[in-house]
Amino acid sequence: MKIVVCVKQVPDTAGGVKFKPDGTLDRAAMLAIMNPDDKAGLEAALRLKDQYGAEVTVVTMGLPKADAVLREALAMGADKAILITDRRLGGADTWATSSTIAAGIRNLEYDMIITGRQAIDGDTAQVGPQIAEHLGLPVISYAQDIKVDGDSVIVQRQYDDRYHVLKAKMPVLITALAELNEPRYMTPKGIWEACDAEVTVWGRDDLKDLSDENIGLAGSPTKIAKASDKVRKGAGTILKDLDADGAAAAICNTLVEKHYI
Amino acid sequence: MDFTLDKKHEMARSLFHDFAQNEVKPLAQELDEEERFPRETVEKMAKCGMMGITVPKEYGGQGCDELTYVLAMEEIAKVCGTTAVVLSGHTSLCIDPIMTFGTEEQKQKYIPKLAAGEWIGAFGLTEPGAGTDAQGQQTKAVLDGDEWVLNGSKCFITNGKEANVYIIIAVTGTVEKRGRKMKEISAFIVEKGTPGFTFGTKEKKMGIRGSSTYELIFTDCRIPKENLLGQIGKGFAIAMHTLDGGRIGIATQALGIAEGALDITVDYVKERKQFGRAIAAFQNTQFQLANMKARVDAAQLMVYKAAAAKDQVGFGSASSYGIAAAEAKLFAAETAMEVTTKCVQLFGGYGYIREYDIERMMRDAKITEIYEGTSEVMRMVISAALLK
Amino acid sequence: MSLEEYKGVFIYAQQVDNHIDNIAFELLGKAKDLAKPLETPVTAVLIGYQVKDLADKLAEYGADRVIVVDDPELKEYRTEPYAHALASVINEYKPEIVLVGATAIGRDLGPTVSARVHTGLTADCTSLDIGDFPLVAKEGQEQKHNQLLMTRPAFGGNTIATIACPDHRPQMSTVRPGVMQKLPKVAGAKAEVIEYNPGFTPNNRYVEIQEVVKAVKNTVDIQKAKILVSGGRGVGSPENFKILEDLAAAIGGEVSCSRAVVDNGWKPKDLQVGQTGKTVRPQIYFAIGISGAIQHVAGMEESDLIIAINKDETAPIFDVADYGIVGDLNKIVPKLTEMIKAEKAKKA
Repeated sequence: MKIVVCVKQVPDTAGGVKFKPDGTLDRAAMLAIMNPDDKAGLEAALRLKDQYGAEVTVVTMGLPKADAVLREALAMGADKAILITDRRLGGADTWATSSTIAAGIRNLEYDMIITGRQAIDGDTAQVGPQIAEHLGLPVISYAQDIKVDGDSVIVQRQYDDRYHVLKAKMPVLITALAELNEPRYMTPKGIWEACDAEVTVWGRDDLKDLSDENIGLAGSPTKIAKASDKVRKGAGTILKDLDADGAAAAICNTLVEKHYI
Repeated sequence: MDFTLDKKHEMARSLFHDFAQNEVKPLAQELDEEERFPRETVEKMAKCGMMGITVPKEYGGQGCDELTYVLAMEEIAKVCGTTAVVLSGHTSLCIDPIMTFGTEEQKQKYIPKLAAGEWIGAFGLTEPGAGTDAQGQQTKAVLDGDEWVLNGSKCFITNGKEANVYIIIAVTGTVEKRGRKMKEISAFIVEKGTPGFTFGTKEKKMGIRGSSTYELIFTDCRIPKENLLGQIGKGFAIAMHTLDGGRIGIATQALGIAEGALDITVDYVKERKQFGRAIAAFQNTQFQLANMKARVDAAQLMVYKAAAAKDQVGFGSASSYGIAAAEAKLFAAETAMEVTTKCVQLFGGYGYIREYDIERMMRDAKITEIYEGTSEVMRMVISAALLK
Repeated sequence: MSLEEYKGVFIYAQQVDNHIDNIAFELLGKAKDLAKPLETPVTAVLIGYQVKDLADKLAEYGADRVIVVDDPELKEYRTEPYAHALASVINEYKPEIVLVGATAIGRDLGPTVSARVHTGLTADCTSLDIGDFPLVAKEGQEQKHNQLLMTRPAFGGNTIATIACPDHRPQMSTVRPGVMQKLPKVAGAKAEVIEYNPGFTPNNRYVEIQEVVKAVKNTVDIQKAKILVSGGRGVGSPENFKILEDLAAAIGGEVSCSRAVVDNGWKPKDLQVGQTGKTVRPQIYFAIGISGAIQHVAGMEESDLIIAINKDETAPIFDVADYGIVGDLNKIVPKLTEMIKAEKAKKA
């Protein structure tokens, strides 16, 4: 069985948001990690490898330094690693990103593609299903359990109030939730071997079946009109000398204003 | 000379750091309060190869080097002195002598399971009458047909009741050396469960309270002839070689404890306010921290240097790293004691309260000045080399 | 096919088990708002099996028109037949805007459909407006009007971005439940109902549903709760935690506590927030009768909104609270619970 796992290197927005002394976001200071949903997807692939035997190839699209997450994946047990990197691919929205990655995957053989549900920087949850669309594959999102049954997969697909047990014939694309599993640690041996391993690097020209109209900033249907970073909060509003009704009303109004009710 | 870690060692450090933060740190206080051996942590370490870091791949190990093992010890010791000594006793004091002096059969029999963490290793040299004066050994081993018969006891043995494989040093006879009668001392591999091998007192300790420290008792304990480790009469040399490597482990444990203490103290002094400001604003605090940082960094360099020296020879002779190891242990242990004591002081009253980690770190630090060769022995070793 | 020919604001009317989800009504509320400057009607797209009767409900909450795609293949949600349904509707009726709920369904359907029709999709929008792109006219660049401006958090919530989709249609966005407001119900309102069926032929992308398992709510995990009502020593007694529990029930949150409460034996350790308890990052953290010592604050200071109630105005909790009320929790908390219940009743 051949499994392709898509991973992304992201700043650690979940655990380690860093601020400059003036309170603004310090992106450069933040640790770069493997996106948590993707790590769970990789772990799922490695468990399938342990159980059924499989070749696991990790693919990432990013800056040259994204090599680090590929090495981490190899150290966890992945077999091959591919880095898709090229200045011309930069500034891509989810349409352009998914088009690019799909073009890369067309160079590979696969029975299953696993992506994370969403990245903790973009937070869109779109690239996985869009890759499936470009490749004409059935997609099963929000997987909370993955099993193989002959030439098919049996996946538990999570919804807000229930889950479906779905069966689909491979090839198939599955998106994984961080809650899917507890990813394994790397091993010292894995690390040493990963550092010596060869990572395949593809530039734009290695991607066939990909039109320039669909890559990078120019190939992105969505455009950023403006963006601003939040500032770390200082002390807030303190209300004294209110009676119980006044105090309760003040809180309630705040909750309504902020759409919590 | 490049003092930075290369890619693989950096990645290894980040693995050990994550492991220590997620798996070791949450249990540290509990292990200390309950004097409980971290059995579940050993299983987790085993799962990611940490029980066989230096063991070659052909014996089921990770095939990494002493420096990688030192990084693991350092990260673990930063959060838990107990868990660190479990790893050190297992790796430096049991795996190392078998890899260095064992026959191929012995290596095949013991190393894969030790490397997999299925078995835990330990080392028994110390006796009630033989501490610094290791030659004061009384435990005897007598050859009877195809078996050695052991009689005697060992005390203060790390991983005591939890281990499965023990390197036991015993007296096998007398030899004449330069006209003087001396004890012939040899080394043996003893498995738990061997009839005649029982456990005595569990020691209640000041620190590393989760470490299983036990008395081992041998009463007509019969082990196969094949369990002699190395040549007969070479037991003392084997023990000294083993302790040379062990000193790197303990130096690292001390280093980690000092670093962990310094880290939490730096965080604390930034938060703790007295007289309207953080105590970090006072020059006394700043100077204390600066002094400690310089010593801790120096200790780290000495530890890494000793590990690098050992990596030049692998499981070969300790003559090229023994002194470096002794210096590292001497300096790191005294640094750990000094740093943890000063850090408790900087925490003030809270430094004395068990809910805070710092007092445990001070209690854990003390033993590093004592076991695997006291600081006094380190001075003897270093000066002897100087004055040769 | 030029962009100007795309007209109309469409919303995906999510239904599960032939019951329309609240998100659909919220989207209709917003759609009506967007449709005003565009001077176009609001259309709800209802996809399912034997769902035609639900069209009236959509009309009551603002739909001028309902396009119903009804087919046995659509009985339970599956990505492919639903994507085929919605994409076909888009290709046939050419809306300029399509809104989808950012639910476990919408966040799968949305990207698949947007890719199928080759347009942009902006996820988890917190506000939607009609405006110009670029926002400020630039020399040499055409400034387009009546564009959908989609605002959303990114970078783990630390950045707010406004996105446009100037050169592709429809402009699509997903919106989380609870963000937009539904309009007051207009009982008896009717909409134009159009039945449309593009034909469903199972292909390799149709998956088989073997089982549908409905979720059972089990034990509390305070680290997963979106709202925490946390009590400290100031609550006074285990019995008095009832007023916190009532507040939690009213607002849809869980109860947690400080270490002092656990040490007193009033609550179990797994509800403890703090350095020696759990670290939580809920959307709202109510700190009630909690002094706010570093050990506690370290476990909750990353909460989005911190509301503190304490009778001591020097309590350190007020250094980290977004809203701090100095007062008697015994009087304020029950009143707050009442008011929240009343607000919720108004909206239902």
